[in-house]
Amino acid sequence: MRALLVVALLAASAHAEPIAIVGAKIHVKPGQTIENGTLVIDRGKVTSVGPGSRAPAGAKAIDGTGKVITAGLIDGISGVGLVGIDLEPQVVDGRFGATDTVHSDPVHASYQARNGFDPRDVNVAITRAGGLTTVIAAPAGGLVSGQSAAFALDGGADPVRTSVAMHVTLGPEGAGAAGGSRGKSLEILRELLDDARIFGKDRKDYEKNAKRRMIADRRDLEALQPVLARTLPMVVAAESEADIRAALRLAKELDIRIAISGGAEAWRVAKELAAAKVPVMLDPTANLPVDLAASEVSDEAAAILNKAGVQVVITTLGASWGARVLRQLAGNAVARGLPWDKALAAITSIPASLFGLTGRGTLERGAVADVVLWSGDPLELTTTVDTVIIEGVVQSLENHQTKLLQRYRRISPLPQ
Amino acid sequence: MQRVVACVLWIAACGGTTTTSYPERPTEDPKLDVAAPWIDPDSFWIRGKPARQRALSDALTDPTAPIIAIRGATILTAAGKRFDNGTIVLERGAITYVGADKEPPKNATVIDGKGKFVTPGIIDSHSHMGVYPAPSAKAHGDGNEAVAPVTAYARAEYGYWPQDPQLSRALAGGVTTALILPGSANLIGGRGFTVSLRPGARTAAEAGFPGAPSTVKMACGENPKRVHAEKGGLQTRMAEYAAFRTAFAEAQAYTAKKAAYDNAWTVWQMKRKRAEQIESRRDDAKKIAGETAPEPVPVDLKLETLSGVLRGEVLVQVHCYRADEMAQMIQIADEMGFRIRSFHHALEAYKIRDLLAKNNIAVNTWADWFGFKLEAYDGIPENAALLTQLNVRTTIHSDSAIGVQRLNQEAAKAQTAGNKAGIKIDDDTALRWITANPARVLGIDAVTGTLQEGKRADVVMWSGSPMSVYTRAEVVIVGGHVSYEKTKGMRASDFELAEGKAP
Repeated sequence: MRALLVVALLAASAHAEPIAIVGAKIHVKPGQTIENGTLVIDRGKVTSVGPGSRAPAGAKAIDGTGKVITAGLIDGISGVGLVGIDLEPQVVDGRFGATDTVHSDPVHASYQARNGFDPRDVNVAITRAGGLTTVIAAPAGGLVSGQSAAFALDGGADPVRTSVAMHVTLGPEGAGAAGGSRGKSLEILRELLDDARIFGKDRKDYEKNAKRRMIADRRDLEALQPVLARTLPMVVAAESEADIRAALRLAKELDIRIAISGGAEAWRVAKELAAAKVPVMLDPTANLPVDLAASEVSDEAAAILNKAGVQVVITTLGASWGARVLRQLAGNAVARGLPWDKALAAITSIPASLFGLTGRGTLERGAVADVVLWSGDPLELTTTVDTVIIEGVVQSLENHQTKLLQRYRRISPLPQ
Repeated sequence: MQRVVACVLWIAACGGTTTTSYPERPTEDPKLDVAAPWIDPDSFWIRGKPARQRALSDALTDPTAPIIAIRGATILTAAGKRFDNGTIVLERGAITYVGADKEPPKNATVIDGKGKFVTPGIIDSHSHMGVYPAPSAKAHGDGNEAVAPVTAYARAEYGYWPQDPQLSRALAGGVTTALILPGSANLIGGRGFTVSLRPGARTAAEAGFPGAPSTVKMACGENPKRVHAEKGGLQTRMAEYAAFRTAFAEAQAYTAKKAAYDNAWTVWQMKRKRAEQIESRRDDAKKIAGETAPEPVPVDLKLETLSGVLRGEVLVQVHCYRADEMAQMIQIADEMGFRIRSFHHALEAYKIRDLLAKNNIAVNTWADWFGFKLEAYDGIPENAALLTQLNVRTTIHSDSAIGVQRLNQEAAKAQTAGNKAGIKIDDDTALRWITANPARVLGIDAVTGTLQEGKRADVVMWSGSPMSVYTRAEVVIVGGHVSYEKTKGMRASDFELAEGKAP
């Protein structure tokens, strides 16, 4: 069934006529904007982008006059597809408690969001209508939460890329998964990655039971191999300066690639993060003291980090129903000193490159045609979504909410 | 026939005897022959000093407040008027002039408003700042007295921590007034607390909005049944609505009992006075036997709150999501004899907007929240616009220490959703969602919520249109005092003071 759907979509994009959005302001990539340009899409790709307002012959033209084109927005840490309704376990996946009830350990490294993602989640269509075209569906909870996957929000069941990152949680939550000690949670991580390395060196010994006891299960150890090989980044949720510094030490010691998420106090470690080339994934509106250990939060964190040379990803940090506020978050970062181009990059090209989503996040010739046509400045509150295109296909903007509006535009009370 | 009825009513008298069921007082006892004293129990009661009651009009005068004028700004009054290049003058805590450009008083501190926007201070009709502070430490969390479904005796004011770091951030977002509510774990969680976000308030009393009417927080639906199912209190909506009725039936009886006592007390005092008059005219100086004073009804703080609701003195704020549940609450209010001031969250309000309009019940909602639980599944971004279209008084509230910092942006989003759906929402209307309308919900609209002469000097000067994501509050004036200036930054709460930080 899913295969059929994919085939059908592929067929649709392959046979559809080219699309040309004409006369719009086009944000091609960070630092490259065309004031009055035309974007041509064919067979799922951007085939041309340049100044002028004439559609090529045979292309279906969409008038973009007075409008703005960007690459489809990407939420770097999302709950879309995993969390349908927060309080209903039937539609919640990849949200772990302190310890796994199956193995009673805090390590869920083998978990793949790829398997938990529900393409029929109500939030998929609603988020798409808000101008997001890709989400990184990411697990959370426990010490090691598992692997995230990138999904296009076109209703398809197959990920764009999997896995894209391994997710780890430090701070009080990670400590809670390690008997209440933050220091201990770091040691469990070290032990886990050591074990994974030993496991990776000789699986035969492991299968013969000739190895010492391992801290995690076979599938978890297997899942950590790409982290050790530096092909899979580890996203470390850490808020306090102490935890962020601990994560930096761990990454250096074990030679793994990390990114910090949350990062309430990351701005205090900006220099070190820049030197270690560690990106920070944050919500720029999260300006409250998170907990007693991470109480020094800055309104200007995104700007400070960016200025110090840290790559900043702006993300909802796991929202599902709230995913469409992503552009508002970026706008608020601009209001607090982040250059506009960087803010757009933080919700398009930067998460795309961080998670290896080749061809996404920009609109250069040859890019995957994930495109949004906006009524104006995409970060502005008064702006609305005009057209959403994913992999070259114009998407429906209908969803649960638009249907409700349609039904209740007029109300007809029943006689009592 | 009459005899039969009398027998039914006076069972004791139908036994064939003539004695009453009450024993006669043995008058031959010399000790008892002395007239019983008409002792006023009031004179034995130990009474403390009642809490200071302030009048709402106190919100309008503050002799310590300076004279301030903002000149050259675009003024949005939230009262239907817009003045480009306008002037507003604030004197001693009140607005004394708002309108076209005018020479300000000589002794005024003049703020240059060129290129800026001026609006009323933002009012959040639903906040838990102070009772659920940041950081959310173990020691904090005074917002839900989740020990029983009805804790109407609890008060947000008692749990309010004036050093909550959230408060200064809300102020920096242009918020001057907020209704601090108990959480929604309980059906009737307790009384709300209306605060004026004056920086430096050390106590709840210093934070309280002068003379604001009392409010009570109620909640229906998922939260109370989820919380109390574990505690054995109740576990279904069936029991929730029964429990509301029970609580108010109890309050009705309590109210009646107290009225009966007040009445008996008045009669008793009249009798005593009359006895004194008769005694003074008698030659033999003989006293008239006194009567025992009526027994007072013990004060029940839970029922005092509910009784206040029945009298219409306590404004009812109901957390409710689903249309059918709001209808249930309206039914209960009708039956038990009280009015609902407003529904909060109310994501399905648009489905019954005719009913809400008819009952004159306000709605506080979000711009785009939905789906975090099943009862929130049908929220739509056009909710506020659809309600406004039918003249339901609507507000955009926060219920969030993050959201409260940008209620102007939330209003802009709801406005945009309405306009996109073809429901015309102009800037004044959208601004009213976060100023005049919440003032009405809180019962303080007579003194704040709009920029009009005679209103309280709660004013924000913005860097640009408040409907833009890039706009920041630059000057926030609370009760006539400049309370936040962007150039100077936020005043850190005591908790946040540390080395190397701005004071």
